[in-house]
Amino acid sequence: MDLRFLDFEQPIAELEGKIESLRSVQDGGSANIAEEILRLEEKCKALTKNIFSALSAWQISQLARHPQRPHLHKYLAGLFTDFEELHGDRCFGDDTAVVGGVARLEGRPVMVIGTQKGDDTRENVYRNFGMPRPEGYRKALRLMRMAERYKLPLLTFIDTPGAYPGVGAEERGQSEAIAANLFAMARLNTPVVCTVIGEGGSGGALAIGVGDRILMLEYSIYSVISPEGCASILWKSAEHASKAAEAMGITSAALKKLNLIDQIIEEPMGGAHRDVADTVQRVKRALLDNLEALEQIPIEQLLESRYQRLMRYGSYNEYT
Amino acid sequence: MSWFEKLLPSKIRTEGATPKKTVPEGLWTKCEMCSEVLFRAELEQNLDVCPKCAHHMRIGARRRLDSFLDPDPRVEIGAQLKPLDALKFRDSKSYPERLALAQKETKENDALVVIQGALKGLPLVACAFEFRFMGGSMGSVVGERFVRGAHACVEQGIPLVCFSASGGARMQEGVLSLMQMAKTSAALTRLKERGIPFISVLTDPTMGGVSASLAMLGDINAAEPRALIGFAGPRVIEQTVRETLPEGFQRSEFLLDHGVVDLIIDRREMRDKIAKLLSILTHQNHQDQVASSK
Repeated sequence: MDLRFLDFEQPIAELEGKIESLRSVQDGGSANIAEEILRLEEKCKALTKNIFSALSAWQISQLARHPQRPHLHKYLAGLFTDFEELHGDRCFGDDTAVVGGVARLEGRPVMVIGTQKGDDTRENVYRNFGMPRPEGYRKALRLMRMAERYKLPLLTFIDTPGAYPGVGAEERGQSEAIAANLFAMARLNTPVVCTVIGEGGSGGALAIGVGDRILMLEYSIYSVISPEGCASILWKSAEHASKAAEAMGITSAALKKLNLIDQIIEEPMGGAHRDVADTVQRVKRALLDNLEALEQIPIEQLLESRYQRLMRYGSYNEYT
Repeated sequence: MSWFEKLLPSKIRTEGATPKKTVPEGLWTKCEMCSEVLFRAELEQNLDVCPKCAHHMRIGARRRLDSFLDPDPRVEIGAQLKPLDALKFRDSKSYPERLALAQKETKENDALVVIQGALKGLPLVACAFEFRFMGGSMGSVVGERFVRGAHACVEQGIPLVCFSASGGARMQEGVLSLMQMAKTSAALTRLKERGIPFISVLTDPTMGGVSASLAMLGDINAAEPRALIGFAGPRVIEQTVRETLPEGFQRSEFLLDHGVVDLIIDRREMRDKIAKLLSILTHQNHQDQVASSK
């Protein structure tokens, strides 16, 4: 079993393995083998397409958390020029789970804020597995206010299991830090585009996720509680996470249907990790399209429609 | 007394071992903190605060508002809103089944009650979470009722007071419930822009999505004594950090020490204190002051 691949990707991994070994044989050079490789490649594509056309919510959750999935720094490197990271909340410290700074997107100045997961265990420990503490949210808030002052559109990137549940985080007011950001982003005097690139974990994700446009990569997830957390409460065991994932409607398709997000950014065949450069380009296109549209709208009108959109969230019956 | 019980020294013989005269159900209550047996009627008069140890027991939304507001005027806001099962959510029970159970048990349609009324003559909107309704969880109806209450405040220029008691977001409504955090927080920006006070009173327990949105956004964040208040639940934190939590962790007094809440208010002084605070913030006199100045 190839650990770089998820359970349901194994058939694809096997085929790719075969192609790989044929290639090494082919160095001798035989037309028959070249043909066989071509045939297998076609088969592999069809198989991938087939598997990915019917993914369950749980499989998509696994893709969203895929260890090889591109994390924030890949986007920072691929999308922007002149990115300069700005550190610290000016009160307590610098949270390494949140990365922010100024940059240029196709020449235009922007403010960028995102949650950062690590690519390996060592980096994950350093990044606290992408789980921010209050000082991370307060750094984000400081940068949001700066974006407002200097009329920089704000681009946020969400990839976090959630806000960190720790003693220190509670002591320093995790709840207040998140609430303060929700409050600020609702009226932030600059265009805001939020993109879920991996895992959108509950309030810890929403704390940098209120804006004029909410985009999601196709195989990212956004949920009120992790499927495991939901399962352990409602099904009394985390083993039912796949049922919980299905029930909560956490995929980009489900959220688009509920009108909770604006746009799904399609991923390359087999998921973002199969072609990172292509994924970054797709995100870039989406960001530019949305920014261009938002910049046409007078800021007062933009704030009013952001407010009205927030007020529309919800689904209820009204009897008279 | 059996031969075995006779062998026991008297001090470890429990009272319960000998059948006592039964007390009519509901007439007496035991304080879960100091174990004092309390006369139900007396306890109710004391707003469900133990007369012996001042432990604040949980109380329902209606009783909370009834004891807080002047008898009139009172107009309920958003009562006509009822929850909807947008996700067709089902675990061991379906969401509609859970709603029906909660509605039967609490006689409420959902977990927030909003009433426009007055406090010592000062007009305001007050809302309270019903914790017994699915753990006071915030779904679409809770969010919409809160927002309508806030908008009534903006239209009429009157303050908002909210008593929170909630486990957080309502899982059965998925991201719709998460978005209620953003929605309720956004509505509060309108009050702030117009200089309309919002006092948030955190009661036992206020956790998760409610704590991390509207409940922490008061001009004044007050708490009832010993209320559990926090973002992550104590069990989740314990599992994450793998150590036992400090004594009094996430209780009101702990939050006061760490600068998260402004003050702790005893329930029996709630009317007086909130009226005092609001009258100062709005440059008005409340009834007690008017009466004493005559």
